[in-house]
Amino acid sequence: MYKYDSYDQQLVDTRVAEFRDQVRRRLEGHITEDQFKPLRLMNGLYLQLHAYMLRVAVPYGTLSSAQMRMLGDIADKYDRGYGHFTTRQNIQYNWIKLEEAPDILADLASVEMHAIQTSGNCIRNTTSDQYAGAAADEVVDPRPYAELIRQWSTFHPEFSFLPRKFKMAVIASDTDRAAMRLHDIGIQIVRNDTGELGAAFYVGGGMGRTPMIAPCINPFVPLDRMITYAEACLRVYNRHGRRDNKYKARIKILVHELGKEEYTRQVEAEFAHLLTQGVEPPLAELERIKAQFAEPPFEVGISDEVDRSDPDFALWLDTNCLPHKAPGYIAVTISLKPVGGIPGDASADQIRLMADLARDHSFDELRVTHAQNIVLPHVKKADLYALWQALDAAGLGTANLDRIGDIIACPGLDYCSLANARSIPVAQKISERLSPRSEEIGELKLKISGCINACGHHHAGHIGILGVDRKGVENYQLLLGGCEGADTSLGTITGPGFDEDGIVDAVDRATSVYLANKQGAERFLDTYRRIGMAPFKEAIYG
Amino acid sequence: MAEVQFRFRSDEPVADPGVTVDAFGAQSNAAAVRLEPGDDARDLLPHLGRLRLVEINFPVFGDGRGYSAARILSEAGYAGELRAVGDVLVDQLAYLRRCGFDAFAPEVPLDPTDADAAFTRYGQAYQPAADGLRPIWALRHG
Repeated sequence: MYKYDSYDQQLVDTRVAEFRDQVRRRLEGHITEDQFKPLRLMNGLYLQLHAYMLRVAVPYGTLSSAQMRMLGDIADKYDRGYGHFTTRQNIQYNWIKLEEAPDILADLASVEMHAIQTSGNCIRNTTSDQYAGAAADEVVDPRPYAELIRQWSTFHPEFSFLPRKFKMAVIASDTDRAAMRLHDIGIQIVRNDTGELGAAFYVGGGMGRTPMIAPCINPFVPLDRMITYAEACLRVYNRHGRRDNKYKARIKILVHELGKEEYTRQVEAEFAHLLTQGVEPPLAELERIKAQFAEPPFEVGISDEVDRSDPDFALWLDTNCLPHKAPGYIAVTISLKPVGGIPGDASADQIRLMADLARDHSFDELRVTHAQNIVLPHVKKADLYALWQALDAAGLGTANLDRIGDIIACPGLDYCSLANARSIPVAQKISERLSPRSEEIGELKLKISGCINACGHHHAGHIGILGVDRKGVENYQLLLGGCEGADTSLGTITGPGFDEDGIVDAVDRATSVYLANKQGAERFLDTYRRIGMAPFKEAIYG
Repeated sequence: MAEVQFRFRSDEPVADPGVTVDAFGAQSNAAAVRLEPGDDARDLLPHLGRLRLVEINFPVFGDGRGYSAARILSEAGYAGELRAVGDVLVDQLAYLRRCGFDAFAPEVPLDPTDADAAFTRYGQAYQPAADGLRPIWALRHG
C-alpha cells in the first residue's frame, strides 16, 4: 500500500489547518454561507436535509486496517455509530456537526487520509478495480497509476474550478470492474505488441441525466506521457466545456458536441504543446510508487483446498469469493447488503471487525467496491471458514454478491437534498421480496437512483430504477438491460413509472419473465439481450 | 475600477486600464488588455512583445477559465503583469498565484491577514505550474 512520506503528510496537515481556519471564519461570521459553501465542498462537507454530511476520500478504494479502524472510531465519536460506503469507493458520515469537522479531518490525517476534493467542480477521488493486485486477469496492478493521478490532481491550480465535477477511473484488465467507460476519463493500462505498458484513454463517459459511454480517444499513451495527456484533456475541457447550463457542463457533453474527432484533435494539439512544458513526473516517481504496491509475501506450497462440508459456507464461498492469482489464496467480498438492510451501511463495530479481520487474514488490506461492499483481497484459503464464521456472527456473512439483494442505492430523499424520491426503502423492499429466490435468479445487478443525477448508477443496472417526482408524488421508472462491464450498455425505460409498491411488483415480474425464458446458463442480462423488451413489457404492464 | 490590492512585482504599474481583446487587436500601441472568460488567450500570443499588462476577469469566482488563460500566457513566455480582477476571493489566491498571476485587484478588498496566510500557507505542490515552484516529485528525485 502507498505510504505517505513527509511531503504527502505535510500537504494533508496543512489542509487541516486551512480548513480549521475557514470554519473559524464562518462560525465567527467573517464569511457568508455563499462564500463558505465552495470551501467546505472542497473538503467534502455537504449541507444535507438534516445535518452536514462529510465524504471521506478512499483513494482507489484501498484501506489499511488502521485506516479502517479509524473510520469506525469516527462513526462512533462524531456520527451516530454508522458509516455509509459509496459508489465512488468513499465513505460518508451523515450526521456531522460543522464545528467538529476540522477535528475529524485531523483524525483522518493521523492515518494518512483526507476529504480533499471529494466534492466541488474539481478532479474527484480516482477509483479503480477492487481486486487490484489480486485478480488473475490483470496486466499489472492499476493502483500505482491511480496514485500518480491522485498526486497530480490534488490541489491542481488550473483545474480546481472546472465547469463541473470530474471523475477518473483506472483499470488494468479487460474485465472492467470499475465502470471505467462511465467516467469523465477512464484509463485502461494495456500492453502493446512489443510488451510495453501504456494508457488507453477513454474520455467523455458518464451517467447523470445524459448517460454516455466514453469513446477511446487514444489507445496507447506511453507511461512517461500519461500525466501530460491527462493535463491536455483537462485543459481543453476547462477552456471549452459549457458553463452556461450546469446540466450540460460535464465533459461528456463537450465531447459529444464537438465530436470525438474534433475533441481529440484539440487534445493532441494541447498535448504537443504541453510536452514542451515539463509537466510530466519522471518514471522514477512511478517506480517509487510501484515499489509501495509490491505484492504481499504470499506463502508458497500451501493447500489450495477448501472444506465445503458446511452448506451455508459453501454457498457463500461460491457466491462471494473470487479466484486469486496466488495459489492457496482467494479474494473475499464482504456484502454490506444484508436482506432488508441499507445498502452500503456498516456500524462502527462492523467496521472495526472488518479492520481486525484484514489485519489477521488479508495482509492488512481492505478495499471498498463501487457496488458498496468491502473486499479482503488476499485471504488464505485455510483461514476462510473461520473468517466466514466471524463475519456471519456480525451480520456480514450474506451470500449475495452480484445477486438481486446486492443492490446499489444512493442515499435518496432520506438524506440527500438533491433527491426527488427515496431509494433506501425501495431497495429494502426488493431485497426482502426477492432475496429468497436469490439463487434461482442468479447474477442480477440492480441499481437505484433517487434522482436523475444517477449516483445509484441506474443506467448501468441489469435492472435500473430511477426515482422521480411526479406532481409531488414519488414515482419510480424501471429500466432494463444496462451493464457496466467491458460490454457496457445503457438501460432502456420500460414505460410509465410506478409507485413504491408497484415498482417492487414490476421487478418481481421482470425476474419471472427471465426465469420463464432463460436458456441454459443465461444470466438475466443475457436473456434480456436475446428476447428484447417486449415480453418484459407485456408481463409488467399486460 | 477596483484597486490593485496585492502586487508581486517591482516594475512601475501600467496606468491605463486594459482594453478589450478586439480593441487591442485594432490599436497597435496598446500595452494593456483585459481578457474575459470567453476570450482566447492564444489570440494575444503574436503581440506579447508590446504587452505590459494583462487583466484577466473573473466575473464569478467559480468560472475557472482564467486559470488556463494565465498559464497559457506564462507558458508562452509572457513576463508582464498578470492581474486577476473581479470576484477574486481569499481562497482562490494560492491557485491564482500558481497559475502565474502576480497582481490582484479584487472587487471587494480582502482581509490582508487572511490573504497573506493564503499566499504563504502551502510551500509545496505536487505539480509544476507557472510559478517556478519545483514540484514534490522533483524534490523527491532531486
